[in-house]
Amino acid sequence: MTREPRGWMVFTSIVALFLTVLPLPGWLEYLRPAFVVLVVLYFSITWPRAGGIGLGFFCGLALDALQGPVIGEHALVLSAVAFIAVWEHQRIRSKPAFQQSLIVFFALALYEFFLFVVDAWTGYPNTDARRWLHPLTGAMIWPIAIALLERGHSPR
Amino acid sequence: MAFGVANQSLPGRGPTPGLRFALYAILAITLMFLDKRGGWMEQVRYAMDAATYPLQLAVSSPSTAWSWMRESMRTREALRIENEELRTKVRNLELRTMRYEALAQENAQLRGLRTAIPPVAEKWLVAEIVSQQPRVLINRGTNNGVHKAQAVLSDQGIIGQTTHVGPWSSEIILITDVEHAIPVQIERTGVRTIAVGTGNEGELALPYLPGNADVVTGDLLITSGLGGVFPQGYPVARITSVKRDAVQPLAQVRAEPLGRINRDREVMLVWFREGHPAAPVPDPSKDLAAGDANVKPQPTPPKPKPEAAAGAAEQDGSAAPASGTARPGTNAPRPAAAPTQTAPAAGPRQTVPVPTRPSGTDASGRSGGTQAAPATAAPSNTAPAQTPAQTPAQTPAQAPARPTTPAPSAEDRE
Repeated sequence: MTREPRGWMVFTSIVALFLTVLPLPGWLEYLRPAFVVLVVLYFSITWPRAGGIGLGFFCGLALDALQGPVIGEHALVLSAVAFIAVWEHQRIRSKPAFQQSLIVFFALALYEFFLFVVDAWTGYPNTDARRWLHPLTGAMIWPIAIALLERGHSPR
Repeated sequence: MAFGVANQSLPGRGPTPGLRFALYAILAITLMFLDKRGGWMEQVRYAMDAATYPLQLAVSSPSTAWSWMRESMRTREALRIENEELRTKVRNLELRTMRYEALAQENAQLRGLRTAIPPVAEKWLVAEIVSQQPRVLINRGTNNGVHKAQAVLSDQGIIGQTTHVGPWSSEIILITDVEHAIPVQIERTGVRTIAVGTGNEGELALPYLPGNADVVTGDLLITSGLGGVFPQGYPVARITSVKRDAVQPLAQVRAEPLGRINRDREVMLVWFREGHPAAPVPDPSKDLAAGDANVKPQPTPPKPKPEAAAGAAEQDGSAAPASGTARPGTNAPRPAAAPTQTAPAAGPRQTVPVPTRPSGTDASGRSGGTQAAPATAAPSNTAPAQTPAQTPAQTPAQAPARPTTPAPSAEDRE
């Protein structure tokens, strides 16, 4: 069994964070996929023992520092999504690419829904309908994301 | 197939995913709770701001580089035209400044001062907006002397105030934010109210104006100086629509802020002279939180004494205890000096806008004319409506409470 690519995990997470805060004009802002969630999902599914939940937690903390109204919000939601991905990793892994995209779509929608709930709970409700757009684009770039993320570590 | 098929079973090393998730979830919820309640996370936020600032800078570097490129590629012709425009602008401004000097001098004379008061802004600092989405971040922090709840302006008007300050960066809350409320005053009439953010940039709501309030489309809103953040007299917004419904007790008024953030990437941070009459009333929430009985509204104003020409002085004397009983000594000499000068100069309109610091010490520093101010300092000290900038969630409760303040607020509505 090959070792977990820790360095690659950290590096790709930072790149994903960078892409998340990169300013985009107008409408593109709402179409931007949740890169960090994609990276966390990938590592949770491929390397369920590598600490995807912890990765989700710390990436979430960074997201909170960058854009969250409350510290801990993204950390909670991302570790929850990572937990579900780790729990179901075998079932997700055995699916063909298209179905995986579909699953990723639902995972992203679930992520956004959790955020929505926590937003409302902490008193910063954001009811903009456009916030529900990004799961679509996220699911669309999932195959590309996998292809890129696989290059960084030895095939397992 | 995207993944290799690996038959890997989870248990066997370290805690199970369920346990891990539970631990992390508890940690996250604790963090959220601490951050939300009591603000125990200020230090942590400070550190996190510092840690993530390099990332923010790196992210904003492409657009910075792009604007630098464009700036250095400008043609000579374009520069010449711009130069011409700027020169015209400077000339116009110089003409207006000359007039301003004369007016300031005249105003000082009317107030009985020997010299004009220096401008309320003591220090300026230009800051650049690093990111706008989802929070507005600027590139100045505590290392530049920026502090929490500091006013942020553009050349057009008020933009917002700082909420979190990191070492090299700080976060701004805009006046159009739903969480933000700014104490304003209608410039034409002097009526004071609160402008609340609606969430869309380019719109403010004034939910606490009565249906018969004297407000029309096009009225200019300026800061009223209450609330301890913004100084008095800076432009905020212009009224865009007034809807009056016979059934509703309150008018529905909308306004468009003058300082817009998407128009300019440069903003200004301002420090104010504390003793200035137009300076924001500093942190009145402390008095209220401490439950100082003297700050509560008084039941009825004392009856006027028989002395002649004491009309204005009476108001002064009766209102002063409300503001100043913390230091009774400083208030004593006021009523004697006030009447002859202030009564004509400080007409009904004059009494409304000038909020002074309630301490009374600054008023003794300048002689004469500013004696009119303590009468208005009293409502600014008693009215609970002045904290909305800090605690916007409470505004609905505060605004209706305002009219119940004693004698001085009756003056407001004249």
